[in-house]
Amino acid sequence: MKSLLHNNPLKIAGVCIGLFLLLYLSYASLVFGVIDTSWQTAIDAYTHFNGSNEHIVIKEVRVPRVLNALAVGASLGIAGALLQSLTRNPVADVELFGLNAGAALFVVFAVTFVGISSLTAFTWISFLGAAVSGLVVYLLGSLGRDGLTPVKLTLAGAAITALAASARHGMLVLNEKALDEVLFWLSGSVGGRKLEFLEAVFPYMVAAWAGAFLLARPIQTLLMGDDVAKGLGQRTLLVKVMTGVVIVLLSGSSVAVAGPIGFVGLVTPHLARYLVGLNTRWVFLYSGILGSAILLAADIAARFIAKPAEVPIGAMTALVGIPFFIYVARKGLEKK
Amino acid sequence: MHALETRQLTLSYGERNIIEALDLRIPRGQITVFIGSNGSGKSTLLRSLARLLKPKQGAILLDGESIAKQSTKEVAKRLAILPQGPTAPEGLTVLQLVKQGRYPYQSWLQQWSEEDERMVTKALAATQLTELAHHPVDSLSGGQRQRAWIAMTLAQGTETILLDEPTTYLDMAHQIEILDLLYELNRTEQRTIVMVLHDLNLACRYAHHIVAVHNRSVYAEGSPDEVMTEEMVRHVFQMECQITHDPLYGTPMCIPFSRSRLTAVAEPRQMVHA
Repeated sequence: MKSLLHNNPLKIAGVCIGLFLLLYLSYASLVFGVIDTSWQTAIDAYTHFNGSNEHIVIKEVRVPRVLNALAVGASLGIAGALLQSLTRNPVADVELFGLNAGAALFVVFAVTFVGISSLTAFTWISFLGAAVSGLVVYLLGSLGRDGLTPVKLTLAGAAITALAASARHGMLVLNEKALDEVLFWLSGSVGGRKLEFLEAVFPYMVAAWAGAFLLARPIQTLLMGDDVAKGLGQRTLLVKVMTGVVIVLLSGSSVAVAGPIGFVGLVTPHLARYLVGLNTRWVFLYSGILGSAILLAADIAARFIAKPAEVPIGAMTALVGIPFFIYVARKGLEKK
Repeated sequence: MHALETRQLTLSYGERNIIEALDLRIPRGQITVFIGSNGSGKSTLLRSLARLLKPKQGAILLDGESIAKQSTKEVAKRLAILPQGPTAPEGLTVLQLVKQGRYPYQSWLQQWSEEDERMVTKALAATQLTELAHHPVDSLSGGQRQRAWIAMTLAQGTETILLDEPTTYLDMAHQIEILDLLYELNRTEQRTIVMVLHDLNLACRYAHHIVAVHNRSVYAEGSPDEVMTEEMVRHVFQMECQITHDPLYGTPMCIPFSRSRLTAVAEPRQMVHA
């Protein structure tokens, strides 16, 4: 099986095309919607702000939305690629492995019972939730004589996701006032969020992106198994722990901004590998770009499907993601 | 100085000791083969020599220095291990696999060098995989696949190579092919090779030094002629046999008795060409 872009010039050209695609999608996301505007208006909103409705929509709604989608999409894509490599499991995803659900549960708990409102607290609670659920899933998946297996890990992820979801619903039933505050966020959305949230987590996202690229080469070696990697002089535990931290940062910060959004992390690494093959550094880069593109496109589509109402973006990604999940799972089964 | 040495080495899985207080020396520049029954701990011993398993007690010395006290990357420049039944990610090419052998020589700053390129080219040539370099590992035959993994350990450029059952799951022709390759590497480059083998007769044919692992320790070690006795096979494998000589190479050969097949053919069958 040869990847589509099999040499470096082609891969670099692919990155350029990807960036143009992002630029175009960002433009489309700014301009199209319930109120259609134009490129000129968008620029004017920043250069000659006149307080008009259109200008406010652009500054307060559309631009944050584009930036959220770009940052969250890239983070989810890279997190999925890291998680699939770390667990050697093609259906791994921060959503399916319960990280997003854990982060969301902790946030709902903090909002409904503790009543937190500070951004910093919100962010850290989200990180903590992702870390705790990730750890629990990992430990559950490692129980038993045969150690960590992809099947047990996936089952543990499904169980923790279900548990976190029901606990979350329970809390919301007990506290209806909080329901309105978090409901839209809970179904996953890049809209309706001020830029402050992204600003609060952006440094962590950037650090995690950089971390992913620095870890790419050790992870490539780890893909050949623990024993082989150790034999080649790798401190595998260190690499795994660092990868875990990067994944938690990516998942936690994504949830803090946009709520739990599934399937972007599942689908993008597969597309990336189809395009560039197995070189992890390229896979991570492409997963980032494609993750952004998919989330932007999903967000645009979400505005039109039930116009003038908006479909939550989490539902949009699930709509595309679930058939894909079934496809990958079946392909995996046929091989065995 | 010996290539590898263990001092009062005790290995365990949980509470159960696999190897107890073992002093063992692996001769430099020779082929050493570990033999023993299933579950005797020979693979465990090999893994611990490659620092894949931490000893419960005792020490392992590589070139006279404790392996635990050296940086694992420095160890990887002198000692390579091919674990049992390794699997490459789907679609990984032979070249990509072999390049991984250069991992210990790279860092954030030091990327791919000419030396790396040279070692990879040489490893591919030595294993006759140059033509297949761009093929995915999972599309190769069992023997070719194992050669690709051996090429990876060769690219590591180490003086000592450990292999855990390198011939398992291979048909006889491929087993010979792999062992010939290792024998050749030892003969031409004086590399120290340590491996676990199940086939006693092939072990005798290719090893300079045989270590029979039994009962948490070493039952016997030495040249094939010294170690391969009916007494040893009875003790270590709980099997009756007759030791004769390999008609081609003169090395010891173990012919097992069967328990169910009682009657032997009265007269040895005449060979057609004799």
